[in-house]
Amino acid sequence: MQNALKELILQMADDALVLGHRNSEWTGIGPMLEEDLAFSSMAQDKIGHALALYTILHEHMGEPDPDKLGFMRKEEEYRCCQFVELPIGEYDFTLARHFLYDHAELIRYEMLVNCPFEPLAQMARKVRGELKYHVLHADTFLRELARGTEESKARMQAAIRYAWPYALGMFEITDADAQLAAAGAYAGEKERRSRWLSTVSSIINDAGLQVPEPDEAKAIYGGRKGYHSEYLKPLLDEMTEVVRLDPTAEW
Amino acid sequence: MKSLDPRVNRLNLSQTSEGEVHTNTHLVTWEVFHQEKRGKQAVHVGIVHASTPEMALILAKEQFARRGRTANLWVARTSDIYTFRTDDEDMFATVPEKLFREPAAYKVRERIEKFQQQNKC
Repeated sequence: MQNALKELILQMADDALVLGHRNSEWTGIGPMLEEDLAFSSMAQDKIGHALALYTILHEHMGEPDPDKLGFMRKEEEYRCCQFVELPIGEYDFTLARHFLYDHAELIRYEMLVNCPFEPLAQMARKVRGELKYHVLHADTFLRELARGTEESKARMQAAIRYAWPYALGMFEITDADAQLAAAGAYAGEKERRSRWLSTVSSIINDAGLQVPEPDEAKAIYGGRKGYHSEYLKPLLDEMTEVVRLDPTAEW
Repeated sequence: MKSLDPRVNRLNLSQTSEGEVHTNTHLVTWEVFHQEKRGKQAVHVGIVHASTPEMALILAKEQFARRGRTANLWVARTSDIYTFRTDDEDMFATVPEKLFREPAAYKVRERIEKFQQQNKC
């Protein structure tokens, strides 16, 4: 049970760290000043979530300190889904991922507010408000662009279609899943997927766009088991470039 | 020109035909008012560019409520704010001289002090 819980927390932390890093790539080159700042701030929130989760692993579960966990593991030891690894692309893809991912993330925390492992439940309760803003931001942009011009509508539709199989990959089931469900710690990825599907479907429909088929056969899995896309390694190299110069340095 | 910033290089801006920056022609400005606590007055803090009130609110949240305490934010379209003409400022010119309108200007201090002395226990 302890190991299954570790696995889940690591998945959550790695998702947040990698997507937080990815989204921060927009800092300074965002589409407009206000959005540049808002999106950067949310990227920073994600890094904060990753830190909080790595800290739980360190303080309660005997794992190395957060810097080591975040920066000093091998690629195959990361448990993030491939969705978060993809390059930022253009802003349509970035927004589609932000929308699809953040809803799934909020649902995961909602499913954990009564988790018997108190440090995780406590964190889940704490970040809920923050994530409520993240999804409001995502929903507002999606609606706005879907109702904007023909071009903005077509681009959001195409971005959602492209992101979809990767988004389904967020819900990859590992051995930890059944154990956590049996212990009443976390209801599992299947449950999360079905809640996510109903939430995002209604928002996508409401915005006048089409929901792609939730075809499980097309889901892009692998990340939760350490099989990553070609994009993770370069990201990790860049993210850890400075820390690797002198891993023992005091900052 | 190759940028020194790896993030800019990754975008391959030079390879796209739409690399130039266009002037913003479709966004209006919204005045943002920040309320620190419920019941307190909302204080004007700045503006944001946005297409709709909903967009103005989500953008204002990170611009003006990122630090410190916030209970709520208000936004109002800049064009909905009415003001005097700038060159009518002389209408307010004699106000600083009207000290008799301020409680501090009344010469009651001495009487208050006398009263306090008498009632000392």
